[in-house]
Parts: sequence; structure tokens; C-alpha cells
Amino acid sequence: MIAEALFFSAVLFTIGVVGVLTRRNAIIIFMCVELMLNAVNLSFIALSRLHGSANGQVFVLFVMTIAAAEAAVGLAIIISIFRHHKSVDLRNINLLKG
Amino acid sequence: MYFDLLIPSQLAGALIPDLILIIGAMLLLLVAVWGPETMARARLTGMLAIGVCFATFAAVVWLWHGQATASAGIIAVDAFRWATDCIILAATIIATTLMIDYSEREQLVSAESYVLLLLAAGGMMLLAASRDLIVVFLGIELMSIASYVLSGLDRRSSRGAEAALKYFLLGAFSTGFLLYGIALVYGATGSTDIETIGSVVTGANFNNPLLLAGIGMLIVGFCFKIAAVPFHMWAPDVYDGAATPITAFMAAAVKAAAFAAFLRVWIEAFPGATAAWMHPLQWLAALTMVGGNVIALQQKSMKRMLAYSSIAHAGYLLVTVVVANALGASAFLFYLVAYTLATMGAFAVVIALGEPGERNQQIADYAGLWNVEPWLAAAMAVFMMALLGFPIAGGMGFFAKFYVIDAALHAPHPQTALAVILVIASVISAGYYLGVVLVMFMKPRPADALVVRPVPTGTFLVIYLSAFTLLLFGILPNGFAALARESVPIGMVSSPARAPVAAAASR
Repeated sequence: MIAEALFFSAVLFTIGVVGVLTRRNAIIIFMCVELMLNAVNLSFIALSRLHGSANGQVFVLFVMTIAAAEAAVGLAIIISIFRHHKSVDLRNINLLKG
Repeated sequence: MYFDLLIPSQLAGALIPDLILIIGAMLLLLVAVWGPETMARARLTGMLAIGVCFATFAAVVWLWHGQATASAGIIAVDAFRWATDCIILAATIIATTLMIDYSEREQLVSAESYVLLLLAAGGMMLLAASRDLIVVFLGIELMSIASYVLSGLDRRSSRGAEAALKYFLLGAFSTGFLLYGIALVYGATGSTDIETIGSVVTGANFNNPLLLAGIGMLIVGFCFKIAAVPFHMWAPDVYDGAATPITAFMAAAVKAAAFAAFLRVWIEAFPGATAAWMHPLQWLAALTMVGGNVIALQQKSMKRMLAYSSIAHAGYLLVTVVVANALGASAFLFYLVAYTLATMGAFAVVIALGEPGERNQQIADYAGLWNVEPWLAAAMAVFMMALLGFPIAGGMGFFAKFYVIDAALHAPHPQTALAVILVIASVISAGYYLGVVLVMFMKPRPADALVVRPVPTGTFLVIYLSAFTLLLFGILPNGFAALARESVPIGMVSSPARAPVAAAASR
């Protein structure tokens, strides 16, 4: 069971990474990042069971809390971008370069 | 003083400086919102934030001076932590001072910015203290989330919003890698405590694929945070778009704290797997040193130039991580002091010469500065020389580079190639650092150049105190170097297996 969980978590993580690298909509990229974090959570739970220690499960609680804080800040930033550019597509957001 | 970290009250005792800072930040948040949002209130909040930093500073110095020690646990109580804390607090005080003057110039009313600076500093101090990967994660996130908000502080600026978005997306992305790395290392070793990891990871079992993948992911995660090439693409845009004091704070303090955690994790958890990470880190260091400097050569904007310069400096600092011993750690601390002062000073000059709306910040705008503001030009020249590592005129900068090269050459695995690349990269960097000096001193002042406005008191103090300190310790580096040499992570001192390294450091 543990090996399957680890494999599944690796697949989820990869989907998240590919999503971040290929999609251009800020909200979708953010959702892919959340997918990565949850893939890691799954790994932690499986590994916690493997070692029979609670450390991994404690870690998951911390990750979920932090992810919530990150979502609050991230969505606020995306709203502020939308107010300026009327779009959350990264292709339209390119004032900074050089 | 001795703290038993398994007893909650004594754990709190070992965290006194961090608690003062965080509780101070919470109280300041009340001050900031207790009434109408005015410039005067924001200014008051800023002043109080500096006060909180000084109180924290006093607690750090008290514990350092009392030679506090502790049992093994989730946080470190050692001189490396106190030294890093001092650098972080100094950077926070400077950034807050600059922010007060900058908000006045830009008519930016944001009392919350000072609270966020303190919270970010709290995360950094946790990072400097962390001996458990859970604390590393919490520290990095506390620091990063506050920094995401800080970079988009000016809601009127669409450049600021863009910087915040880029920083946030790439920061969160890199957190994913860092976390996956932590999970895999936990899977391979069964612990998140870096001392335990260090005792499990030995030459015999480091070939565990879980562990190798974990170390790889950790390298990617940390390299994003410290903006090492090729994980640096966010840095120039974010540094360019954010408000200048925040840029200074990110370039100095955020990088310093992420590096401190990187160094501690590497020194204490993974010395047994040296063969696995040595080559990737060497390549990253070399790429960062050369890449950062070469791209910096082409920059026209002062802020972008300093952004790439800070990337290049991440490369120099990576050399100390590759060395990963006590000598490397002390070279790292010394370098960090010089780098923080020089970077903060250079950004302070950018703020002093900038015009509302972040204008007048091109390198060409500095032409002939020597003729109108000789002291300002001289101070900027000192900062550029310090970043370059020039003797005497560059003050501490020269010794900072000297100690890094010294550490590289005297490492257990001598890093001769990296030392050579470091020197070559420094020569390349002369192209743009001396370019600024050339523009200031040799070029005539254009007729349509803006009149330099009087420098506000806070910025004035930051510029000249930084320049003075750099020059002073450039002439008398010994005391500082001795202090840095004593401030190695606890894992280096306590572990008898690595005693020869500690002995080499005290030579």
C-alpha cells in the first residue's frame, strides 16, 4: 500500500509541476501548486506509516495551515493583478523585463 | 545559561528574541489599525518597529554574551544563530528606516509594511535557529508569505503587483520542491531532526534513491529561495518591481536567512552524502557566479544591475556551502556582514537619488554625481568597491572574498576550481561596479540632470554609517573575523567525529 501511495503522490506532484510550467493562467498555476503541496502531504502520510512515527502526520497539519495562509495571500495578489491588467493571464503581464 | 529544549518553558526561554519580535509585531499591528490611516501613524509604527528590533537585538546579544547552550532539540542555541540574527536584525532596521523615508517620498501610507517587515524577520530568525526540517519549512514560509505581500505593497503600482505575482507563483512553486525534498529525506531517514538525519546519513547508505532524490529536491528548493542560476529568473523582475527598500530587504535579509538554513542543513544533516551533492552544488555555484555577473554587465537600470549583482553574490556564498565546514561557516558570516552593508548602502543611495514614481534610477542618471554631491558619490563608490571586493577602498568586501577563497582552498576537498572561477567572476563584475564609479566620477553632469533633493535623515544615516563601518572593518578586520570564526553551527562543535575541522577553524 505504501509503495502505491508514494507512486501516486509522485504522479500527482509531476502533474502539478507540468501544470505550473505549461499553463499561463495565474489561477490555474496556483491550483497546480496546491496540487503539488497535497501530493507531498500524501507522501508524508504514507512515510509516516512506513516509519510508524507521528512526525510526518504533524508535518501534514503544518503544511495544510501554511497552504491556507498562502492561498489567502496569493488570491489577494491575483485580485490586485486583475485590477491593474483586467486579466490574470501571464502572457498579458510583462511590464518587467530587461 | 542552559536550556533543556524538551521543557516548554525552557524552550520558550531559548526563543526569547524570536518571541519579542513576533509579539512586538502583533502589538504593532494593533497600533497600525487603531485609528485613521494617516502618514503620521505609519511613521510612528515604523519608529516603534525599529524599537522592537532593538529590543530583540538586546535579547540576542544578552543570550550570546551569556554563552547560552541547550540540549539537542528542534532549535539551535549557538553562536551561528546569534550572529545570523544580528545580521538579519541590522538589515531589518535599515530597511525600516529606508521605508519610512521612501513612503514619505512616494506618498505611500502603509503602516502594515513595518509589521510585515517584522514578521518576515521573525521567519528569518526561525530559519537561523532551525535544527528540524519542520522549523525550516515554517521559517521559510513565514518569511516568504510576508515578502510576497511586501513586494506588492504599493497597490497603485502595476509593476509592484506584477512583481508580487511572479514572486508568489515561483515562491510557492519552489516551496513545493522544498517540501517534497523534506518528505523524501524523512522517508529515507525516518526523522525530520537534522542531527538525527546527520547520524543516519553516512557513507555506507547514502545511495538510497529516496535520499538522493530528497537531497536533489532540497537543492532545487533552496536554490530558488537564494536565487541561484538557473533558478533565478524571478529575482530581477521582483527586485525591479518592488519598492526599493523592500528590494534591499529581499536582496540582503531574505537571501541571508535562506542561506543560513541551507548552510546549517548541509553542514549538520548531509556531510555523510558529500559525494552525492558535491558536483551539482559546484556547478550551481560556478554557473551562478559567472551567469549573474555576465548578465549584470548589460543592465541599464540601477535596481536591475544590483539584482543581478545579488545573484552573483549568491554564487560566492554557495562556495561556502560547498565547503560545508566550520571555516566555510565563518567565511559565510563575515561575507554576509559585508554584503548586507554594501547592498543596503547601495540601495539607500538609489532611494536618495530616486524621484517620486521610482524615476531617476538608471545608471546614466548618476553621471557627474561627483560634481554635485561628492559625499554621496564617494559613499556609492565605497559600496561598489565593497561588492567588487576591492582592497582598502572596498573595506570589508576585500576580506570577505579573501576568507571565502581561503575557506575554499583549505576545505577537506579543496575547491581550487571554484576559487579560480570566483576570482574570474570578480574580474567580470569589475566591468559594471567600476562602470558605476566611472559614470559618477568621470562623466560630466548633463545640463538637464535633476537637482538632487536633500537626503532625508534616516537614509543619510544608513548611507554614511554603512560606508563608515565597511571602511573601518576593512582596515581592522581581525576582531570581526575572530568573532565570525567562533560563530560556527553547534553541530560542528559538539560532534567529536568532526573535531579536526573545528580545530582547523581555530587556527
